[in-house]
Amino acid sequence: MDVDFFVGLLSLALVKATPLAFGAMCGMLCERSGVINIGIEGMMLLGAMMAFLGSIFFDNLTGGTLPQIVSLGVGLLVAMLSAGLISLLHAWLSIHHKIDQIISGTVINLLAVGITNFTANAYIDPNHLVGLGVFPSIDIPLLSKIPVVGRIFFMHQPLTYIMLILAFGLQFALFNTPWGLRTLAVGEHPRAADTVGIDVLRTRYVNVTLGGVVAGMGGAFLVLESVGRFQKLMTTGRGFIALAALVFGKWTSIGALGSALLFGFAEALGVRLQLGDVNQLRALFLLSGIGVLALGLIWAILKAARGEKETRSPGLISGTVALGGILIVIAALVPFRAVTIPIQFLGLLPYVLTILVLAGFVGRAVPPAADGVPYEKQ
Amino acid sequence: MATDVATPVLRVEGITKRFPGVLANDNVSFDLAPGEIHALLGENGAGKSTLMNVIYGLYQPDEGEIYINGNKVQIEDPNDALAHGIGMVHQHFMLVPVMTVTENLMLGHETTRGLPLGSLSRVDRRRVSREIGELAEQYGLTVDPSAYVRDLSVGEEQRVEIVKALYRGAEVLILDEPTAVLTPQEAEDLFEVMHSLVRQGKSIIFITHKLKEVLKIADRISVLRDGRVVGSTTPAESSEAELAAMMVGREVLLRVEKGPAQPGEEVLVVENLQVLDAREQMAVRGVSFSVREGEILGVAGVQGNGQAELAEALSGLRAPSGGQITLQGYDISSARPRVITEHGTAHVPEDRHKHGLVLSYPIDDNLVLQTYYQAPFANGLNINPKAVQDNARRLVKEFDVRTPSIETHAGSLSGGNQQKVIVARELSRPIRLLLANQPTRGLDVGSIEFIHRRIVEVRDSGVAVLLISAELDEITSLSDRIAVMYAGRIVATLDAAAADRETLGLLMAGAHVEGVSETPPEPEPA
Repeated sequence: MDVDFFVGLLSLALVKATPLAFGAMCGMLCERSGVINIGIEGMMLLGAMMAFLGSIFFDNLTGGTLPQIVSLGVGLLVAMLSAGLISLLHAWLSIHHKIDQIISGTVINLLAVGITNFTANAYIDPNHLVGLGVFPSIDIPLLSKIPVVGRIFFMHQPLTYIMLILAFGLQFALFNTPWGLRTLAVGEHPRAADTVGIDVLRTRYVNVTLGGVVAGMGGAFLVLESVGRFQKLMTTGRGFIALAALVFGKWTSIGALGSALLFGFAEALGVRLQLGDVNQLRALFLLSGIGVLALGLIWAILKAARGEKETRSPGLISGTVALGGILIVIAALVPFRAVTIPIQFLGLLPYVLTILVLAGFVGRAVPPAADGVPYEKQ
Repeated sequence: MATDVATPVLRVEGITKRFPGVLANDNVSFDLAPGEIHALLGENGAGKSTLMNVIYGLYQPDEGEIYINGNKVQIEDPNDALAHGIGMVHQHFMLVPVMTVTENLMLGHETTRGLPLGSLSRVDRRRVSREIGELAEQYGLTVDPSAYVRDLSVGEEQRVEIVKALYRGAEVLILDEPTAVLTPQEAEDLFEVMHSLVRQGKSIIFITHKLKEVLKIADRISVLRDGRVVGSTTPAESSEAELAAMMVGREVLLRVEKGPAQPGEEVLVVENLQVLDAREQMAVRGVSFSVREGEILGVAGVQGNGQAELAEALSGLRAPSGGQITLQGYDISSARPRVITEHGTAHVPEDRHKHGLVLSYPIDDNLVLQTYYQAPFANGLNINPKAVQDNARRLVKEFDVRTPSIETHAGSLSGGNQQKVIVARELSRPIRLLLANQPTRGLDVGSIEFIHRRIVEVRDSGVAVLLISAELDEITSLSDRIAVMYAGRIVATLDAAAADRETLGLLMAGAHVEGVSETPPEPEPA
């Protein structure tokens, strides 16, 4: 295990985190304005298929005269548009008709599965449609030359960059712009927003629809940057993991990005260890040691920054740091046998670790106060 | 009259507003002179809030016109109202708890800086926060622009609401029941602020159902009843009794008539009771007292001095950490609420929404919440709906609950009628002890009179009554003995006849009063 191993792992984690972060940002846009969205999975799935079909159709239409990347770009736009439309349906059901938002989200999920499976069975598979490939990787000039950091962050395909820009942009916008403040107000105390002349229903419609557009990018990522073609049910629950990332990230896009990176890292680790070129047990010990150590240190720094003095925290913090250290020492000293862990377990372990750590250490997350409550104008 | 002096800054003519089944405003006319405090008095449901919501653009009137400075205007939504210089401080504050004072004040018409990107440009917190500071200073309102609203006290939130209206350029301020949520001291501060505002040229519509406040602060008083203006007067020409009669439409007894107490056996004995609050802090620190049959023991005190926890311990909602509670000889210190109820305790809880009613249940079910499993309401596992409904019809009539039907959900009743449902349920059972915690909070004079009379009636029938209230008037007019709670202790117990408001006020504030015994005097058994 050398630097290349870690750099490769982290770079892959960012890639794997991309669709999750898109999904979580979709959820953030909806829920911050007061509409629960459990239909992210369906929106991503539909986005994925429409990205595939959109790019192929456009390519056929133009007879392949335009560069492939243009067709892929059109596919992306089609994905955003179609996921935005199905999200508009969610908005219409839950805002206009005040249908229970969990039911409405489930409708979206089932509808998307129905549409995509039907299309795949009836059209894509019989015609043996093959994708146009994926977006090329773009090295950002100068930045990609930075040792280590450059290879982790600045040698990716375009949607990953878009995801990062969007995550930071939304974080800023949500707390520092008129749009953001209005969205927060509508999600927390819609009546208060109404009394200062903010159109609650319109704000919710706009945010939910935009959320769908963002979920569409997450779906498009799977086809246009990862797999290269559409497969039935290819989102495999990423929309729901995105929802978990949103909650763990406390309904902020940077938090959601962080959580998505943890989940993405988990997925990446499973993929990477399958190659079998490193001692799997040692890698697991080492990485969990680093994770626990980092967690303890971050926790201590946050505590110190807030100036809190709780009696039981110092023990817990130093215990966490010590545990991390011990795990790393074990990884370094113990001569582990080279065993092959079944891939299913490799996938499972980091998830369990992530959930334990977050459930135990982050504290209770509070959703927006009016999340899921339809607005009645008295 | 002020109307002769200048054009009214605000005038409404013939406002009528109908809701399905209700005529909320019936041809209401009303005007407000510049620099005036005009009180709008009326019972809950008289149409005060509807009228104000029409003026503020939250409702559209079915008929009628609104004039600002003599010019007829259309007010379609709150933005129009704000543009015409009308600001409103709602009864339930319209502030977003997770945002700062600055953010709340700029919400809806944000000041931005930097790149002009429309609703995606950057808000200018520093400038707005400075403007708020200047404004607050001008009117003598202390607010911290960078504080989060969730960290503010109720009084502070209200100041923020007032500053918010001023920040929007309000010339006319509508204060909807502003004192309902305030402590007496905070209310005094608010009156100071109101005086300061009218001195600087603002006009105020003050909505309330509290008579004392109206007489104290208003320049003019208009009384609303059943959606109509039934009279206008000034404090100098009026009195509490006259205003109350105008509000209710009949003579009202502001002070309950009651004969001397006939105390009998001890019903409730509390010895050295200690109770922890939700944060594990000692809230009740060793309290001892007893209540006899046929007497009302009033527990006075500023809120948050352990009364809530005391009531919770007595009703079985919170286990005491020490001491003993004896009800008619049974130790009920750690008994479950149902056991305490079955031993003859009636409980009118402090928070009628949280602990008094199931808001989503109809009235008839709410009236059998503690007895649904007993005859005649249940037969084994079956509920007997007819018995439940008969019971409800009888109690609704007896306790004058104003409701369309007994199937109406408790949540859609007015506060006064909700409280009557609770009182009806609690007093319809055979009881030995009535535990009444803030029984008339937020109610109008008519309902208060009704509930007070009922409490005296059960006392006279031999029930022991423990009355907990932050309203001194309520304590002094109902109690036979008064215990004052301060910082979790009973600092004095006085005979009601010997207690005057000043002494009580001092004791409630934690002052040591000469000549008042620290040990509770026991009344002579009859």
